[in-house]
Amino acid sequence: MNLEVLAYKLRKDVINMIVAGKGGHIGGDMSVMEILTTLYFKEMNISPENMDSPDRDLFVMSKGHSVEALYAVLAEKGFFPIEQVMNEFSRFGSKFIGHPNNKLPGIEMNSGSLGHGLPVCVGMALAGKMDKRAYRVYTVMGDGELAEGSVWEGAMSASHYKLDNLCAVVDRNRLQISGSTEDVMHHDDLCARFSSFGWNVISVDGNDIDALYEAFEAAKTVKGCPTVVIANTTKGCGSPVMENKANWHHKVPTQEEYEQIMKDLDAHIESLS
Amino acid sequence: MNKIPNRQAICDVLMEKAKTDKDIVVLCSDSRGSASLTPFADTYPEQFVEVGIAEQDLVSIAAGLAKCGKKAFAASPASFLSTRSYEQAKVDVAYSNTNVTLIGISGGVSYGALGMSHHSAQDIAAMSAIPNMRVYLPSDRFQTAKLIEALLKDEKPAYIRVGRNAVEDIYREDDCPFAMDQATVICDGTAQISSEADFENTDCAGADLAIIACGEMVRPAVDAAALLKEQGIRAVALDMYCVKPLDTKAVIRAAGSVKAVLTVEEHAPFGGLGSMVSQVVGSECPKKVVNLALPDAPVITGTSKEVFDYYGLNVEGIAQKAKEILQK
Repeated sequence: MNLEVLAYKLRKDVINMIVAGKGGHIGGDMSVMEILTTLYFKEMNISPENMDSPDRDLFVMSKGHSVEALYAVLAEKGFFPIEQVMNEFSRFGSKFIGHPNNKLPGIEMNSGSLGHGLPVCVGMALAGKMDKRAYRVYTVMGDGELAEGSVWEGAMSASHYKLDNLCAVVDRNRLQISGSTEDVMHHDDLCARFSSFGWNVISVDGNDIDALYEAFEAAKTVKGCPTVVIANTTKGCGSPVMENKANWHHKVPTQEEYEQIMKDLDAHIESLS
Repeated sequence: MNKIPNRQAICDVLMEKAKTDKDIVVLCSDSRGSASLTPFADTYPEQFVEVGIAEQDLVSIAAGLAKCGKKAFAASPASFLSTRSYEQAKVDVAYSNTNVTLIGISGGVSYGALGMSHHSAQDIAAMSAIPNMRVYLPSDRFQTAKLIEALLKDEKPAYIRVGRNAVEDIYREDDCPFAMDQATVICDGTAQISSEADFENTDCAGADLAIIACGEMVRPAVDAAALLKEQGIRAVALDMYCVKPLDTKAVIRAAGSVKAVLTVEEHAPFGGLGSMVSQVVGSECPKKVVNLALPDAPVITGTSKEVFDYYGLNVEGIAQKAKEILQK
């Protein structure tokens, strides 16, 4: 499977989902897509068949507002039909709500409030160490999320317990709802911060599947400390209509915008096929 | 005079069960000594997780451990556990439905002299308002042990509050009637689980007043009932250790057989045991209900006994309030 193409196809699913559901965190869905695609289709040992196995890898979507991207990926993995998501997303009483919930297959932990995923994953990774299991634990955080103090409590304990079975990813798209992350609360010394907390830090192009995969594989070889992959991404990645525009953090495209975005995504698919 | 605090009883049960159950994990936030859990940490270091002074981390890590099959017991002062890590309790424990037992130690005004930052007079209200979170305030060391044993048998979230100091025994090791989520009814020195208590025909029959209490207030409530008896007033006491889910059947049966109900708790006057009992009595069997609690104000500082005495949360205060209610 050409995962680069798949990432753009899944972006189209997300756009359709958001239009059908009349709302969604579209910008972050677009930036995180290669991260999720690489994790779910190349890196992690997670499938509908092994969800009851204590040896499966574990994933927590800490930036829970990018749930539309996660739904598209989980549907592609076979956890539920994409048609069901399209029909039910954001509808009254639906399980396909605007943040991950573990009533749905494939979702381990509920999230939505930011700064929870990393410390929860510390617990999961500790359990893996206690039980001498080989599974790995992954979480994806937003860069704006890193202003939450609980992230750094988790970062502190992950290195204290030498959790080399834990890999965190930061979707570093440099925008949050109010504008540039650097204006809201700067993170430009992110690598140094994680490094000073005792983490192995890898900084990559976060919309490059090969670079991401290389980083995740490298993380597996690092012993005695957790790894964070700073995935430098483009918010709204896939169409100039949305790219690097803070007001696309949460937005429904107009008909005209929708048509242009789909055209742009198709052009990516064509050029990559 | 008993010298074993309820927190010690928790440690004793966990130590015993951890001999064979390797999935039991205890977590502390620089609180192992305060929680009487140092022996556990020393004996089972591989089943103990120290997170430092980081209550949010404590609860999230507990939830992550529980998601991977561990039976997580996270102990931290109730004042911090119930408010500093409130969102973690709500999202990672209750909403995600993880097998975590939150143990609020030094609850209520245990740290009486340390001021409002260290008082947990809001924990019942806060924790009870979270769907899928149970709230327990055991009264003595024997009931505390029974409760921990019961919690080890299920996989649902719970919050327990215990005090710092040893409290006088109410029950005996070989006579501690206990049923999960059922109040214990104490009348004329006889204790029964609520479903076996007969309010109409036996010892409890003809009581003037029901005194419903939880946690450290149960012992003075029972003693107040005895004092009232000497003064010609018959009172039945209910040990409502299960504040949520409240034993509503017991509340209704008790309220239905008496003239008035008095609730007693080491908690703010809103959203605690008194509020919950009042809701049930008001809708199911209207009777006069009076709530004896801490004030809606920063609690005066002092030893917990001094604080209890000041607010009438003692034997004499409860008996006096009971007489006032019945005279009106």
